Amino acid sequence: MFSWFTEWNKRHPVDVYRPAILVGVVGGGVLVATMLVALGQPFATKSMQTGPRGTGMSVPEFVADLAQPDPTIDDYYSDSPYPPEGGEALAGDVYQNVQVLGALTEDNFNRLMLAITMWVSPDQGCAYCHGDGDLETYSEDNLYTKTVSRRMLQMTQNINENWDGHVNANKVVGVTCYTCHRGQNVPSGIWFQSTPTVTNMAGWSANQNYVTPVSQYTSLPSDALESYLAEYGNIKVHDLESRVAGIPGQDDYPGIQNAERTFSLMNYFANSLGVNCNFCHNSRAFYDTAQITPQWATATLGIAMVQELNEEYLVPLQEVYPPERLGPLHADAPKAACNTCHKGYQQPMQGLNVIENYPELATSGEPVYE
Amino acid sequence: MADYQNIFTQVQVQGQPEWGMNDNGRMMEERIGRPGFSKLFGWFGNAQLGPIYLGWTGMISLGAGGLWFFIVGLNMLSQVDWSISEMLRQLFWLALEPPSPEYGLRMPPLNDGGWYIISSFFLLVAVCTWWLRSYLLAQEQKMGKHVAWAFASAIWLFLVLGLFRPILMGSWSEAVPYGIFPHLDWTTAFSIRYGNLYYNPFHCLSIVFLYGSVLLFAMHGATILAVTRFGGDRELEQIFDRGTASERAALFWRWTMGFNATMEGIHRWAWWFAVLTPITGGIGILLTGTVVDNWFIWAQEHNFAPMYDGSYGYEAYGTYEGFIGEGN
Repeated sequence: MFSWFTEWNKRHPVDVYRPAILVGVVGGGVLVATMLVALGQPFATKSMQTGPRGTGMSVPEFVADLAQPDPTIDDYYSDSPYPPEGGEALAGDVYQNVQVLGALTEDNFNRLMLAITMWVSPDQGCAYCHGDGDLETYSEDNLYTKTVSRRMLQMTQNINENWDGHVNANKVVGVTCYTCHRGQNVPSGIWFQSTPTVTNMAGWSANQNYVTPVSQYTSLPSDALESYLAEYGNIKVHDLESRVAGIPGQDDYPGIQNAERTFSLMNYFANSLGVNCNFCHNSRAFYDTAQITPQWATATLGIAMVQELNEEYLVPLQEVYPPERLGPLHADAPKAACNTCHKGYQQPMQGLNVIENYPELATSGEPVYE
Repeated sequence: MADYQNIFTQVQVQGQPEWGMNDNGRMMEERIGRPGFSKLFGWFGNAQLGPIYLGWTGMISLGAGGLWFFIVGLNMLSQVDWSISEMLRQLFWLALEPPSPEYGLRMPPLNDGGWYIISSFFLLVAVCTWWLRSYLLAQEQKMGKHVAWAFASAIWLFLVLGLFRPILMGSWSEAVPYGIFPHLDWTTAFSIRYGNLYYNPFHCLSIVFLYGSVLLFAMHGATILAVTRFGGDRELEQIFDRGTASERAALFWRWTMGFNATMEGIHRWAWWFAVLTPITGGIGILLTGTVVDNWFIWAQEHNFAPMYDGSYGYEAYGTYEGFIGEGN
C-alpha cells in the first residue's frame, strides 16, 4: 500500500539521523533551560552563615526540606494548667504511692497524667503503666513501665532545672516526655553498646570497620558514644603547641585511632542535629577555641548533660527492664545522646516551647504557675 | 575508510604473535605464556597479550603479594565468621588494622595487629622485588632506569607510611589499615589529629605536583592526539625524522602561550611532576608527628594562617527561626 513511499525513499536517500540528533540535543537543551528559568532550580539550597566572611562557614539545607516543618510538632499534646487558688486536694492525699508529683493539686496531677499518656503511650493509654485493673490498683508498682516512668519524671525535672544552659540556650523551650518519646513507648535515637563489631579480633581491630547505627554506618569506631557519653573518655585529640613529643597510646599522646573515635562522635553529632562541622567549628582548626561558635559551648554542655543522664538515670535502670528492652549484644540499658531529643534538627521540634504549659516538669520543687 | 589511530585503534593488526628479541639464544627461557590476541584489548592498546617475562623477581613478587592479599582477605573473612555473603556485604567496611597503640614496636597478638605485621612484611617483599624486576628488565633491554626510579618514588611514600614513620613514632599503630573505607578514615583522622594537613607545606607541594601532573598529562595527551593525523603518535620517529606533526604540536603551544616543550622535554616535565608528587608527600607525612604535631599552629607561628575578622555563630548573621522560615 505504501510501496510508492518506500520506492521514493530509496531513490532519495537522506541522512535523517544527524539532523535528528542535532535537533534532539539542541531542543532538549532549550527545554531544560526553559524549565530551569520558568520553574526554578529543583535542588535549591539555603545557607545559614556561621562564621566570618572568608572562612566559608555555613550550614546548607535544601529549600524543599526547610519547607517541611518537623511533623511531630503538630502532634504535640499540650493543655494549660489550673493555677491553684488554695484549698485544693493534693494528689498525694487523694491517691496512694505518689512519690514524685504528690504536691500537685489533683486536677493538675490528672492533667499531667493525661499528657504523659498522650506523649508516651497514646495507643495503650493508662494501662501501659498502670495495668488493666481498676482505678484502685493504679497505686501498684507491678509494671516496669511505671517504675521507669517515675525515674524519667525525675530526669525530666533535673534536665529542666539544672541543664538550663543547654536546653534553654537560645530561648526557653524546656523538655517534656515528648521531647524524646514523640508518641512512642520507646524513644527513637536511643543507643546500645555495639562493640566488639567483629569477632575474632581484639583491641582497636575489634571496635570498628563494620556497619553499625552508632558509627553512623561508617567504618569508624562504634564505641564512640560508649567511650565519651557513658564513660568519660577524653574527646580532644589535638596538641596545643606545634611540637609535642610523645608515643601514641602512651603519655596521653593520642594516636590516629583516638582521632577516628572522636571523628565518629562528631559524625554522630552532625547527623543528630542535621548540621555540619561548621555549625560549631571553623573546620580549618577544629580544636581552636578562638574560632568556635557559641553553639560549641552549648554542645559541650550537652555532652556533660548526656553523661549525667546516662550515668545517674538510664544505666541504673538496667535491672528494671524486661529483656526485650535491653541491648542485643550486652543486655545493657538503652541510653540517650543527642539524637534522642534532637532527631535531626538543630533544636528539638525546631525550637517549640514544650515546657510552657507544664511547670510541674520544670522543677523538682514547687511548680510556679503563672 | 579505515584509518589507524593510537587510543581507539580502529584497525587491529593481527598475525603471527611478536615474541621479542633473543640475541643470545637464552632470553626465551623465562618468557612464559602462549601469546594470543584480544580484540577488546586492541581497542585500548596493543591487541597482543603475552608472552610475559616472569623471572625470579616476578615469582617472588607475585608469591609474596599473593600471601599479603590472602592474609588480608582471610582476616576479613574471619571477622565475619567465615560468611562469604556477609564479607561481600561488608567488604568496603572491613579491614586488617595495624596493632593497638599499647604494643608500641613490639610484636602484638595475631588478632590485634600480628597478622598486619606479617602481611606487611610480605607486601614489602612483593613491592621491592617488583621494583627490582622493573630495574632488571630495563637493564636487559639496555634502557634507562626511569621507570624503576619513578616507581621508587611511590615506594618511598609507601615506606614512609608503613615503615619509617611508625618506627620514628615508636608505634606500629600509626600505620595505615588495609581496607577500603578504613584507609580513608585513617587519612581523615591523620589530618585532623595533626591539626590540618593543608597547612603542611610539603602537602601543598605534593598537591601542586599532583594537579600539575594532571594538567601536563592532559596537555600532552591532547597535543599528541591532535597531531596523530600527521603521524605524531609515532613519537620516536618524530624525534629523529622531524616530520611536520611534532613541529605543528610545538608551534601550537609556542603561538598559544609563547613557550613550548620539546618532544623529549615534555616527558621530563611529566616524569618529574609525577615523581615529585609522592616524594614531597612522603616528606610531609614523615615530618608529621615527628617534627610538627599541629600544622595549623605551626602555620600561625610562621605567619601564613590568616585570621578572619568577624563574629562566630549564626546569631550574628540571622536567626534560626528566620532560617527555617518561621517569623523573622
